[in-house]
Amino acid sequence: MALLEIKKLGISFGGLRAVDDLNMELNEGSLVGLIGPNGAGKTTVFNMLTGVYTPTNGRILLDGKSIVGKKPNEICDAGIARTFQNIRLFDKMTVLDNVKVALNSHYSYSLFESFTHLGSYRKKELEMNEKAMEILKVFDLDGQADYMATNLPYGKQRKLEIARALATNPRILLLDEPAAGMNPAETQELMHTIELVRSKFHVTILLIEHDMKLVSGICEYLYVLNFGTLLVHGKPEEVLNDPKVITAYLGDEEEEEGGSAHGNA
Amino acid sequence: MKNLIKNKNNIIIFAITIAVYVLIMILVNAGLLSRQMTSIIVPVCVNVMLAVSLCLIVGFLGELTLGHASFMSIGAYTGALITMNLTTLPVPVAFAIAIIAGGLVAGLFGILIGVPVLRLKGDYLAIVTLGFGEIIKSIINSLTVTGGAAGLSNIPKYSTYKQFTLIYIIMVLMILLIANLVNSRHGRAISSIRDNYIAAEATGIPVSRFKVTAFVISAVFAGIAGVIYAHNVGILKPGNFDYNKSIEILVMVVLGGMGNIKGSIIAAVILTLLPEVLRGLDDYRMLMYAVVLIAMMIFNNSAFKARLLEKKNLKSSEKEVE
Repeated sequence: MALLEIKKLGISFGGLRAVDDLNMELNEGSLVGLIGPNGAGKTTVFNMLTGVYTPTNGRILLDGKSIVGKKPNEICDAGIARTFQNIRLFDKMTVLDNVKVALNSHYSYSLFESFTHLGSYRKKELEMNEKAMEILKVFDLDGQADYMATNLPYGKQRKLEIARALATNPRILLLDEPAAGMNPAETQELMHTIELVRSKFHVTILLIEHDMKLVSGICEYLYVLNFGTLLVHGKPEEVLNDPKVITAYLGDEEEEEGGSAHGNA
Repeated sequence: MKNLIKNKNNIIIFAITIAVYVLIMILVNAGLLSRQMTSIIVPVCVNVMLAVSLCLIVGFLGELTLGHASFMSIGAYTGALITMNLTTLPVPVAFAIAIIAGGLVAGLFGILIGVPVLRLKGDYLAIVTLGFGEIIKSIINSLTVTGGAAGLSNIPKYSTYKQFTLIYIIMVLMILLIANLVNSRHGRAISSIRDNYIAAEATGIPVSRFKVTAFVISAVFAGIAGVIYAHNVGILKPGNFDYNKSIEILVMVVLGGMGNIKGSIIAAVILTLLPEVLRGLDDYRMLMYAVVLIAMMIFNNSAFKARLLEKKNLKSSEKEVE
């Protein structure tokens, strides 16, 4: 059985059918890409998977159990963590605290202990610090643990977001355009980071990306969305050479330079 | 090394706390303060408590509320009614019950107001809390048990400057509890909601629960401040707790720099003392008050202050390197 199963998933916003009849499967340990032109509904899928939107119809099964209708924080506890297309860090908190927020439910102590700093407060906080630093080290952020998150350079902010998502100890990590706004060198580094994350944290990864070099470089399987429906799915080399996909991205041949290619497509 | 600096800071803060206490005790006991000044000691403490409790919502949860005075009034009336009716009990017991009950009842109303908070944000929440404050005021105005518009009088004065030690301890405890909270997993969760509630949810923070928690804690502390206020002035009128009072507290928090507990304390002290200090100016008093407010706000946002902070940060980082 697949770790994550999406069956006939659909959502409407008023009269707009943003996603329709989507079927997807994610196997444990896989690295899957979700691609498609702008406005295809990729982020909407992520938002449904993480409980930000409730699907109009269809089912999402994590380990055979439905997660539809759960709140975002419950879905996070169930094991799905995500990053955002437009970086959403806790800007006015330190890099270390950003990660520690994500550790909140794993190192629990009571409100009374929070007020008084008595009991297990000290011990739990030390454990939390240690764990957070360990995660930051993987992303080479341990040197900047005391920085305000907002003061980090762009590439590091992206990394911190991934670190924070991983700190929730997820089974599935959803990355929404992790390479957006990065130069080729940074993208290259990011690819290494994603590989490292997968081997080190044993997590299943689903990523949205426009950078075809990254997609074809690391993804094992691809789903292509267009206008809210699944266009094709399969191995990257097959999918990326599929005429339907090329048409979706570049437009028909008659339409002279109608659509625009994204990234390095 | 960092721990050492932290410890050193704690020792300095502890020393300041004791020094302020000793200084005030000496001034009061040696009779160096005018009657006006001695009478304002407890109100300063009350305002510090109010500012610090509001700081949790405005500064750390990041929500704007304009109904903080209503929590204070709920605590004040509850406490006053208890001590006025429990005259058979010894004073310390009655006062202790009043403080606890005042805090708890205010906390209950904190849950009430916390529910709409879950659905509203920003300006909308500000208006709703403003309405909530006016409703509480109207209710107190129309009830007979609270004395209606005439209010309550002859409340036993259990918290004058003679009980300064007790009130100072309560105030310091309150500040300590909030400062500790901010520096804990609960505090981080609350701050994360301020910074980005969508990301907070996605990182597993139950946003609704923490919002209500913050509101209830803040309400409890404001209620306790209200009880102390009631037993200081001896008279309560619904009009004392209108939105002007809420805004006065909010101004303290904003002036202190949102999310800055130390700043809130200092602002509360200055803004409470200011009208008294300026009393000699007679007609120009409120004008001066407004001018000082504007000057402080400008200073808070000035490049000059930014440079001062930069220098301070540089120095402390140099120390760390050593």
